[in-house]
Amino acid sequence: MSLLTIEGLPAAEISRLLDLADGFVEVLDRPVPKVPALQGRTIGMLFYEVSTRTRMSFERAAKALSADTMTFSPSGSSVSKGESLKDTALTVGSMGPDLFVVRHASTGAPWRVAEWTGLPVINAGDGAHQHPTQALLDCLTVRQHFGKVDGLRVAIVGDIRHSRVARSTAQAMATMGASVRFIAPRTLLPFDVEGWPVETTCDFDGAIDDLDVVYMLRIQQERGGGDVFPSIGEYVNRFGLTRRRADRLPEHTMVLHPGPMNRGVEIDPAVADGPRSLVTKQVANGVAVRMAVLLDQLSGSEKT
Amino acid sequence: MIVLKGGTVVGTEQRIADVAVDAERVVAIGSVDVGPQDQVIDCSGAWVGPGLVDLHVHLREPGQEWKEDIASGSKAAAAGGFTTVVAMPNTEPPIDSGQIARYVFDRGAETGLVRVIPSGAISLGRAGAKLAHLDDLWAAGVRIFTDDGDTVADSGLLRRAMDYIAELGGIVAQHAEDPGLAGRGHMHEGAVSSRLGMIGLPSMAETIIVERDIRLVELTGCRYHVQHVSARQTLDVIRRAKEAGLPVTAEVAPHHLEFTDRLVETMNPVAKMYPPLRTKADVAALRAGLEDGMIDCVATDHAPHSAHEKDVPFEEAPRGVIGLETAAAAVNTSVGLPAVTFFERMSIAPGRLLGLETGPLAVGSVADITVFDPSQSWTPGTFVSKSANSPWIGTEITGRVRATLLGGQVTFEHKEGASE
Repeated sequence: MSLLTIEGLPAAEISRLLDLADGFVEVLDRPVPKVPALQGRTIGMLFYEVSTRTRMSFERAAKALSADTMTFSPSGSSVSKGESLKDTALTVGSMGPDLFVVRHASTGAPWRVAEWTGLPVINAGDGAHQHPTQALLDCLTVRQHFGKVDGLRVAIVGDIRHSRVARSTAQAMATMGASVRFIAPRTLLPFDVEGWPVETTCDFDGAIDDLDVVYMLRIQQERGGGDVFPSIGEYVNRFGLTRRRADRLPEHTMVLHPGPMNRGVEIDPAVADGPRSLVTKQVANGVAVRMAVLLDQLSGSEKT
Repeated sequence: MIVLKGGTVVGTEQRIADVAVDAERVVAIGSVDVGPQDQVIDCSGAWVGPGLVDLHVHLREPGQEWKEDIASGSKAAAAGGFTTVVAMPNTEPPIDSGQIARYVFDRGAETGLVRVIPSGAISLGRAGAKLAHLDDLWAAGVRIFTDDGDTVADSGLLRRAMDYIAELGGIVAQHAEDPGLAGRGHMHEGAVSSRLGMIGLPSMAETIIVERDIRLVELTGCRYHVQHVSARQTLDVIRRAKEAGLPVTAEVAPHHLEFTDRLVETMNPVAKMYPPLRTKADVAALRAGLEDGMIDCVATDHAPHSAHEKDVPFEEAPRGVIGLETAAAAVNTSVGLPAVTFFERMSIAPGRLLGLETGPLAVGSVADITVFDPSQSWTPGTFVSKSANSPWIGTEITGRVRATLLGGQVTFEHKEGASE
C-alpha cells in the first residue's frame, strides 16, 4: 500500500491517521521520545528536490519509530552522472528498503517509483500536485487548536496555482467538513477548479471578516509564480498578510504557513511570530503525522 | 500477376470483385481467373482500396536512428497499410536544403517499402529566423514545407515564406502552437491539468496561430495546411476559411480522435503528445469534422521514442507517440467511416495534396493498394517500428491491414498471430 495522494481518502480514514498521530505527539513529549515499532525496518528516502523540513521530519519520524533510513539526494550522486530516476529507484530498491519516501519536481514521479519498484511509496511532494502528509499535519494542527475541522472557514491565500500544499490541504480540510476558499490574483489561481470542493476569489480584504483559519502560501518563483504580477509591492499590497490585515481578522482566527516563509512578502514577521501563528506547531506535528503514516504503511506487512 | 481475391473493391462505388495487378498497374477488376503462376491474396471480408498516404511522420533519420530509421519506419508504414509517407524535417541536421532532402528520398527508395517524401523546413535550421533553401528543396522534389515540432512564430518570416512557396506552387504546413501562450505547458490546460498541478497548454495557443495564418493566406494566396488539429475552436476557424474559398486544408491524428486529457491521469508518458490530448467536446468535434470533410485527412504524427526516453516522470518525457501501425484500425474504431470516405480521408485527399496519382481504385491505376479488414479486432502489443510508445497498447481496436502493395509489389502481408 502507498500514500500517494489525499484525493479520495475518506474522512474516517483521515481521522484514524490523525488519532494515531495524536498518540505520537504524546510519545514525542516523553524524556526518551522513541518506540520500537519499526525496529529492523528501513526507509528509503529519495529526495530529488531541495528540502529541509520535510526530509528532516521524515528522518526524525523514522528514527523515533526505531527504523533505519537511507537518504538519497541528487547533488553529487549518480544523477549528476546521468542516471535516470528509474535506475536510481531500482538501485536503491535493491538495497532492501521496506518503503520509499519520494519527493520530486515532476507530477506523478512517486507513482512511477511505486510502479517500477513494487514497494510502498509515501509521496513527500510531487511537482505542484500533492503533498499528503502536509495535508494531514495541517488538519491535525487545526483539529488540536479548534477541537474540530468540521464547520471551520478556511482561506488559503497566495500562489495556489503552483502549490501542492494548497491542492492537498484544501482537499483534506474539505473532506473533514471545512469550507475552503482560495484567495489569489487570477494569475495564481488554478485555471479551472471544476469539481473541487472550494470557492475562489481575488478579494482578500472582502473575505477577511469571516475566517477561522488563514493559510498563507509562499510565491513559488521557481515554478513560474514570480512573473505573473507586476511587482512584489503590488502583491504585498493586495495579498500579503500585513499587520493591518491581521488586525482586521476576528480574534479567534489562526494563521498557518507550510514554510519556508518569505517574511515581509506573504506574511509580516510580527504576524508570523505572533500569538495567532500555528507555524511552529505545524512543524512539530509533522513528525507525529509522519510517524503515524510510516507505521500505518508498514504495520501488518512482513519484512520480505 | 497478383490477384486480390474476393474483396470489396472501393472505387467510386463499392463492389465485391477480384483485382488483378500486373507490373505496376491494376489490369483488371471483376472476376479474374487465377493461373498457376499467379500470387493470390485472399481478400474476403476486406476492403481493397488505394494505398494509404500519411502526410506527417517522423522517421528520425538522419540523426536519431536509435528511435527509428527510414528502413524501420518504412516497415512500420507498410504494416499499417501506407504506401506513401511524408517525413518531417526535424531531423539532425534538419531537412532545410536539397542535399538532405535528396538523402531522405534516396534512403526511402533504397528501402523500397513505401514512397518516402521529405518535407522541407521553412526556416534555416528550423530556427525561425531566416528562410530555408526553399528553391533548392523544391528542385529536390519537396512539395510541403513546415517547421513541424515548432511554429513559425514570426509573422513577417511566414509571410515571406508563403509568398515564395506560393510562387513555387507548394504548401505551407503549420504546427500551430503560439509559443507565448503554450509556455512550458505539458498537457491540455483545463480541469485535469489544474488538478494535477501541471502547467497547461491552452487550446487557444493553436487556434490563434491558425487564425493569424489564414489572414496571411488571404494576403499571399499560398496553399496552407493545418497539421494535427486538436481543438474544436481551431476547426471553427478552418470552417470559415474553407467557406470563404481559401486554399486551406487540415489533418487530424488518430489519437486526437479517441483519447482525452483524462489519459494523463495515468501519469504514463505515453499520454504526452503535442498538441496535447484535449477534452471530450474536442474529440466529438474532430470526429464530426473528419466525417463532414472539414478535416481533409488523417495523418499519424508517428513520433517514435525509445522506451528508456519515455520511462521517466511525465513532465520530463519527450513529446509524441507512434501511430503508423495502428492508424487505420484506430480511425475505424473511433469514427467508423464508410469505406469510400475512409479511403478518401486516408489515401485520396492526402495524395491529392502531394500531387500524387492517387484516386479511387480503377483499371489502369498505379497498384498502390491497401487491403483492410474493417471487422477484425486485435490488441496492439508489439510493433514493427523500433519504438513502442503507443497509447493503444492493451486496448482492443477493430480493423486490420491484411496486405499492402506498392507499385504492384507486396510490401506487407498479415500472417495471423504473427505480430500481436
